[in-house]
Amino acid sequence: MAQESDHAEVNRQSLQRDIWLPLLYTVKEKKTENRGIVTLTLAPSAEEAIEPMEPGQFNMLYAFGIGEIPISISSLWNLQSTLVHTIQDVGAVSKAFCDLSTGDQVGVRGPYGTRWPLNKAKNKDVIILAGGVGMVPLRPLIERILNDRSRYGKLNVLFGARSPENIIFHQDIISWQADPTLNFQITVDHAYSNWRGHVGVVTYLIEEANFDPENTIAFICGPEIMMRYAVHACLDANVPTDHIFLSIERNMKCATGFCGHCQYGPFFVCKDGAVFSYPQVKIYLNIAEL
Amino acid sequence: MKTIKDLLTEHKFFHEMTPEMLEFIAGCGKNMHFNPGEFIGKQGDPADFLYVIREGNIALQLVQPTQGSLTIRSLRGGEIAGFSWIIPPYRLQFDLRAVEHSSVVALDGTCLRKKCEEDYKLGYYLMKQSATVMTQRLVDTRIQLLDIYGARV
Repeated sequence: MAQESDHAEVNRQSLQRDIWLPLLYTVKEKKTENRGIVTLTLAPSAEEAIEPMEPGQFNMLYAFGIGEIPISISSLWNLQSTLVHTIQDVGAVSKAFCDLSTGDQVGVRGPYGTRWPLNKAKNKDVIILAGGVGMVPLRPLIERILNDRSRYGKLNVLFGARSPENIIFHQDIISWQADPTLNFQITVDHAYSNWRGHVGVVTYLIEEANFDPENTIAFICGPEIMMRYAVHACLDANVPTDHIFLSIERNMKCATGFCGHCQYGPFFVCKDGAVFSYPQVKIYLNIAEL
Repeated sequence: MKTIKDLLTEHKFFHEMTPEMLEFIAGCGKNMHFNPGEFIGKQGDPADFLYVIREGNIALQLVQPTQGSLTIRSLRGGEIAGFSWIIPPYRLQFDLRAVEHSSVVALDGTCLRKKCEEDYKLGYYLMKQSATVMTQRLVDTRIQLLDIYGARV
């Protein structure tokens, strides 16, 4: 209850600020996850900082003179005012962020978007299904659950990647594999003989998960094709439809529901998502034009 | 000590098989164990066995010239390997190699085919189960071919 009040207060304060005005942040740390993916730790350049974030939310990151892109928060382990964002080089703006060095400055506005509904997972078993960089918005969720482990049932983290070279968050993975309170499984689409783990699509890891289907919440993020199959794998395992949540990616520009670039049926992904329940988006997932 | 019939009964591929059918095919089976790195069969070899994997991790591999063996699927306890026993020309299409210590029940392909010809219900069961698993693997392979984790996020 107190947590809900905190959220309401955060939302109220966010509304009071100019939503279009980026705040200056400085790159304090840069970590290369693998080729083309970096994790940046950003700290406010002045006293003012954006409001605290929740797992599933994103910020609009501005590379001066180049452009602005939506990037999910990738860790909330450090609850100070620093922000951790993991960015894949897929275009001009994301490349600019990947090319930054410590000490460089960026603009940040946010936080935006819905959060993973952790309250619904209390006392329930949890399946977290991540594909590729879909692990980015899910990592803060895993951190929150591990930080308050007794409030949740069995925790299963199922992670699929293209190949061993494309795996991100190695330190976390080592820690998760060693954690007896967490069932962590990883698979890759293909690998050479030096890889001794699973090879195959991420959905087949469902069979390795420990959960009571009726009392399970599933959180899914990855490429949309993977998410469709992941949803079906959860449904085939008898996870209730309204216990499945996914994070949808679309072309977000304003992040406030004004510009319409990310319209998704009746929703704006930036404002009504990016985290949706499966029943909300079920009929839109198979519409190619959306 | 468990018999071959007991081991087959425990495996999900045979869950809907009648005790009579299990008894009928158990005579085709034997226990086999493979050490890490050991080849169970190589591409082009005669597909002499249907491998019922009890435990371990077996890689389905293809040799990529100059780059080594590419694993395209790993098979674990509860899965099966060696479909080619039922499909002419009865030749392995991939290398099968143990990644971990693996235990299987190996059902002799020639023996199984003979029994399937004698008992069409048995043949239908094995073909239906095989088709279910093969279809799932075909779907998985198509998803892998899409390379959905590529640069576009």
